[in-house]
Amino acid sequence: MMNTFLSKGTNVAWLILMFATGIGWWLGHTNQSGSEVAKLTTAGVIIVSFIKVWVVGFQFMELKHAPWWLKHIYNAWVLIISFTLIIICIG
Amino acid sequence: MSNNLVAPQFKGGAPSKNHVPGEVGIWLFVAGDLVVFSVFFVVIALGNVNQPDLFEQSRDALDMWVGVLNTALLLTGSWFVARGVEESRIVAGPRTGRYFTWGILCGLGFIANKSFEWGGKITAGLSPATNDFYMLFFVFTGIHLLHVIVGIVVLLVIRNASRRPALGARDIQTIESGATFWHLVDLLWIALFALLYLL
Repeated sequence: MMNTFLSKGTNVAWLILMFATGIGWWLGHTNQSGSEVAKLTTAGVIIVSFIKVWVVGFQFMELKHAPWWLKHIYNAWVLIISFTLIIICIG
Repeated sequence: MSNNLVAPQFKGGAPSKNHVPGEVGIWLFVAGDLVVFSVFFVVIALGNVNQPDLFEQSRDALDMWVGVLNTALLLTGSWFVARGVEESRIVAGPRTGRYFTWGILCGLGFIANKSFEWGGKITAGLSPATNDFYMLFFVFTGIHLLHVIVGIVVLLVIRNASRRPALGARDIQTIESGATFWHLVDLLWIALFALLYLL
């Protein structure tokens, strides 16, 4: 039954997203401002969140089946906004 | 059994390669909304850098579990909607509509939880006028909440479309467009949750 569940990309994406939410929550709890570790956890929170954003687009919004231009515009937005936020927050 | 086979071009529920989900118009809307919310994300990040102590103290007063629960509700709602889209390409009827009903219930759960959170904050004397953090918190989560409400109406429309005895390519396109909007609501929350609750 579990194998049947895991055979669908949509189901696997949901599991990844829920697991990543747990990781983000844990990183948020460990985040103490003012230290080098804090910069790493801040970057970690942003990276994990935008991986989730990408998974939602790739799997749930079905961009994995979309024409290359639509797929890559979305990929570019995810990369640009996540790097921008990391640079602002820890730069 | 009212279920009928539909849309043979979508065998197994997956679209063909190079398929634009929904109408091109919905993707123009998605692009515009992503640009607007990108500005919101940058404004929150700049506030976090410019007023670190104020943002940290204000963030500490937020209920993390409320944000986590709302994230889980939207992710699960998106999962139901994505499954509904896949099913609608294989069979039409009440069974497919049930996926969208569960998506709507997740959205209503989000609104109930958000109302509980906002109510608690306002009762505690916190409002957009309290400080810059709470101004951004109420305005940006409020704009997102409007998206959730519109998204629920959209899900009601595609739920009704999916329950028709037979679906044509146009119906599938309508369902895909509505689902794309709902997933947009989900991904915007993922980023807002990280920036407002987790940093």
